[in-house]
Amino acid sequence: MRTRINTLAACFLALVTSAPAVAGVGSRLWATGGVTSIEGSAGGGLSPWALLTGYASDEEWGGTVTLSRAGTDDYSLAVAAAGITWNNRVEVTFARQTLDLDSLVFTLKDAFSLEQDELVQDIWGLKARLFGDVLYHAWGQWSVGLQYKQNREYTVPDAAGSEKASGTDFYLAGSKLFFAAIAGRNLLINGTVRATRANQGGLLGFGGDRNDSYEAMAEGSISLFLSRRWLVGAEYRQKPDNLSFATEDDWWDLFVAWVPDRRVSVTAAWVNLGEIADVASLGNQSGAYLSLQASF
Amino acid sequence: MKLSVLIVVLATLVMVGCQTGSDSADPSLDLYEQLGRRTGIADIVEDLLYLIVEDGRINQHFAGVDVQQFHTNLTDQLCNVSGGPCTYTGRGMRDSHADMNITGTGFNALAENLILAMEKNGVSISAQNRLIKQLVPMYPDIRNL
Repeated sequence: MRTRINTLAACFLALVTSAPAVAGVGSRLWATGGVTSIEGSAGGGLSPWALLTGYASDEEWGGTVTLSRAGTDDYSLAVAAAGITWNNRVEVTFARQTLDLDSLVFTLKDAFSLEQDELVQDIWGLKARLFGDVLYHAWGQWSVGLQYKQNREYTVPDAAGSEKASGTDFYLAGSKLFFAAIAGRNLLINGTVRATRANQGGLLGFGGDRNDSYEAMAEGSISLFLSRRWLVGAEYRQKPDNLSFATEDDWWDLFVAWVPDRRVSVTAAWVNLGEIADVASLGNQSGAYLSLQASF
Repeated sequence: MKLSVLIVVLATLVMVGCQTGSDSADPSLDLYEQLGRRTGIADIVEDLLYLIVEDGRINQHFAGVDVQQFHTNLTDQLCNVSGGPCTYTGRGMRDSHADMNITGTGFNALAENLILAMEKNGVSISAQNRLIKQLVPMYPDIRNL
């Protein structure tokens, strides 16, 4: 032991002062950037968390690119997203959502003479960490954010009774990790309050004939780190109900995320999106979700 | 008869063993044992120091330190924090870090290296998390917040 420590001492003596800080992918601990939500912001799959995307700590830049796909009974949603974080303070994200209407296309065409086979929207996100740290602060980490959403094709949302083709969501999110909370495993809790007018997250436009004003929606998740590489959890997202043509259901999911390394994460989930648009009397929409994220 | 006694003894040993190894045991004593007592902690700290010396994010803070003394102090501190029979004789965390300007990046780098050192020494996930839970309250002192 003594000799090894002396060897170690020699290593320390050889240290050059002010060695350059080599950041790599960023210094925050594994999985503390969450994953990428379907709206591009760092979070779970359905809801933004107070965590900022990637691994940039307070002297670093970092970012992520993500491809996600959900296939429910009658629809499929594809999301391509990218985000950057500066100094673990500000996150800027972009996401493009494409909801393939699949079997609904024929109903829309035959019954409503609507020619649109997919719903597409772009989402620009901005998030700022107000204070705290998800791991180290007694009160956890708190962030505010906004998501500016723009429908690229508006035929179906317009016909469904939506008032606008674009809208902005505002949210406050809190995240805290409790060390050794359950069987020595770390527990991550997230809560988000969102002010929104969006119908189905914005895919069916913003505001409607039933309600056209902002409403506060609650979102939350609970996740358990089985190890630093494996995370399992559940998420819930309350939704407004602005359109009279179809009631809008809340969303929830059960997920497992694998973070083998800071550079990569894979998230698989079972999502339940309720009845997205029952114009064709399509039932409950549930299915598998898969998301691949790379960090830089 | 002998066989049945043997079975009872073995079963008792197994049950006691399970209880000792389980998460419901006295957390402080359990943690110290799970870290391998002072010898195990000394090995973890040694591996931690090797990781630090190679880590460009934080090694400049350690230039010129008395490594032998630092190793002893940190081992005693982790031993003490984990419920072991050691006395930490080093300076207070706020005092010793006051002029070091430790950033969030630096703190994260040290936390990462500690986790990697524990992994290398086969420390269980629950023991790793428990030790970090004991160390997290030092965060504001170390970062001089």
